[in-house]
Amino acid sequence: MSGAAGLGVDVGSTTCKAVAVDRAGRILAWRVEPTHPRIEPQVTRLLGALREEAGDAPVGATGYGRKRVPSGRALTEITCHARGAFARTGAAGLLVDMGGQDTKVIRMGPAGEVLDFAMNDKCAAGTGRFLEVILGRLQVPFAEVADQAARAERAVAVSSTCTVFAESEVISLVADGAPLEGIVKGLHQALAARVAALARGATGPGEVFMSGGVALNAAMVGALREALGRPVRVLPEPQLVGALGAALSVVPGAA
Amino acid sequence: MIWRRARYEAAGRVVGPVIASLDAWQRRRGRRGRGPRGGPFGPPLESVAKLKELMTVHYYQGRYADGAVPVAWVTSGFPVEVLRPLGFHTVYPENHAAMCGVQRLVPGLSDAVEAQGYSRDLCSYVRTDLGSVVTGRTPVGRLPRPDLLACCTNICQTVLYWYRALAAHFGVPLVLVDTPYVYGPEAKPHQLAYVRDQLEELVRVAEKVSGRRAEPEALAEVARLAKEGTDLWAECLATGRERPAPWTGIDGFFHMAPIVALRGTEECNAYYRLLRDELKDRVRRGIGGLREERHRLLWDNLPIWFAVREVATLLAERGFNFVCTSYTNAWAEAGSRIDPSDLIGSAADSYTHIILNQDLPNRLGILRRLARDYGVDGAVLHSDRSCKPYSIGQVDLRDRLAAELGIRVLLLEADHSDPRAWASQQGENRLTAFMESFG
Repeated sequence: MSGAAGLGVDVGSTTCKAVAVDRAGRILAWRVEPTHPRIEPQVTRLLGALREEAGDAPVGATGYGRKRVPSGRALTEITCHARGAFARTGAAGLLVDMGGQDTKVIRMGPAGEVLDFAMNDKCAAGTGRFLEVILGRLQVPFAEVADQAARAERAVAVSSTCTVFAESEVISLVADGAPLEGIVKGLHQALAARVAALARGATGPGEVFMSGGVALNAAMVGALREALGRPVRVLPEPQLVGALGAALSVVPGAA
Repeated sequence: MIWRRARYEAAGRVVGPVIASLDAWQRRRGRRGRGPRGGPFGPPLESVAKLKELMTVHYYQGRYADGAVPVAWVTSGFPVEVLRPLGFHTVYPENHAAMCGVQRLVPGLSDAVEAQGYSRDLCSYVRTDLGSVVTGRTPVGRLPRPDLLACCTNICQTVLYWYRALAAHFGVPLVLVDTPYVYGPEAKPHQLAYVRDQLEELVRVAEKVSGRRAEPEALAEVARLAKEGTDLWAECLATGRERPAPWTGIDGFFHMAPIVALRGTEECNAYYRLLRDELKDRVRRGIGGLREERHRLLWDNLPIWFAVREVATLLAERGFNFVCTSYTNAWAEAGSRIDPSDLIGSAADSYTHIILNQDLPNRLGILRRLARDYGVDGAVLHSDRSCKPYSIGQVDLRDRLAAELGIRVLLLEADHSDPRAWASQQGENRLTAFMESFG
């Protein structure tokens, strides 16, 4: 096995992702952990583990904590997600990245370049945090979310996508005896509508791809597919796409 | 009255200039050993010292204006040319609020009026101004009490409610110039006649308040000065078409103070002659606003006053310069239709065609023209929480600019003066991603 050609770290608001890639962009080793408030020691430890497993290589860093990554080349998540997604797909398209704090919609050109992007602004609505807060309130464990939504006979409309307002709205719905499954489904629909608005109908050439931790939630993928009226392709290891892009940014000649 | 008038004149002619030169001396002393403005920026403009002096004297003299001369508080888009011949000292609450914005005084002032029931969703200029009135806090020492409030709806409708609140507070007359919104390339004759009638009424009210008569020669002279000032400002801005641009967009934001607050005066024009000459000299010598200009950008909407340097520096470090802004350009166009032979009629025409009083196709036309004339390869549209009329339609403007001109366009959410509506980290992230997309 050839050694690592690049290491990538994506220090997100919720999780910290690290990958080692070879010259061809294959992932040799990876780690995902909840982001620690002390970023430097955590990143140093994760990189140390990757180096041990796959060998030493230059470091690319992205995510909110990218400036805290020692001797890393820092790039924004938008650039890195596009680069990582293109490495996976090799095609132009629309990438929806749903993370803990941000939801990004990135339009990628035929060479994987960022043509345009939109993000939720200063607000947790439309992000993983929104689901985390409300599902926490409903005591629905993450593993059961998709099943619950699938079991719903019909969705209960949740009109607010503001995390604070939606939380109290959901409390009222529960108090009124609305079925839990229907509320879970309604939440995903509300969230998907918000993301679809950000994507402005997802026009433009190419497929719709999805990355980020929220892409692991099948209920969200389904709701987004419905809201956009187009197929949504979840990228392999969706959580690692940003870190992959960061790693590729330091590999000479990589996509 | 005579004593107050003498004090006002002394403040403007003697004491103000002395204070301004003391300030300048202190700044020079403070800077000694630190060298000129460094980092990614080119050498600073020498005219800045004169700009600071001009505005310091204006605000210092203003402290002694009430009781000495008639005082009018006016909106930025008000046809001030009509008031100048009557000897009014004019105060621009928006200009003052911008100063408070730069100094990050807005949250404190806003809290004072929010406690009275004003919503935080109101324009931050309104909250700043009312907050300053309520608390008496201002970075300029003191604002003179108005004898007349003069408001024109060509920049927004909010000004009407804002100035009504001021009228209730001060108990002085409020004149309103209502400018019908312009759909299509030009206002209709009946719309202009409607504005003209109001300006004629304004003259009568202003004459009554000031106790003076508006002589036709004096009106013509102010009109000539305002037009000349506008043309000089346009000349200054046009130097940004050169490569490299001899200054930065943020320089433009600060240097617009005289054309806003002192339009129609010889001091204003003298200043812009100085600035124009310096800018043209820099062009001749190839001195840029940035040390290395790699990309040229257009800025739309008001600046983010409290973060203007933060944003400009972040961009400048990668060689991005704002070479033109629709906001500073608005003052190069406002007075261009002024005709000294018919001040009232031409002012009606001119002030009805302010950018914010025009429909979206017209606004797109202005942005398109600026983008082409200044050879920009990108644009940042500031979606300003406080300025809805300026921000509405920007999503479509972004798409059209990107599609028609093939330039990269970023929509950036912020506020012109309330830092509580600005997430610095997220703003930086968007701007950085935008710059990275240039490759």
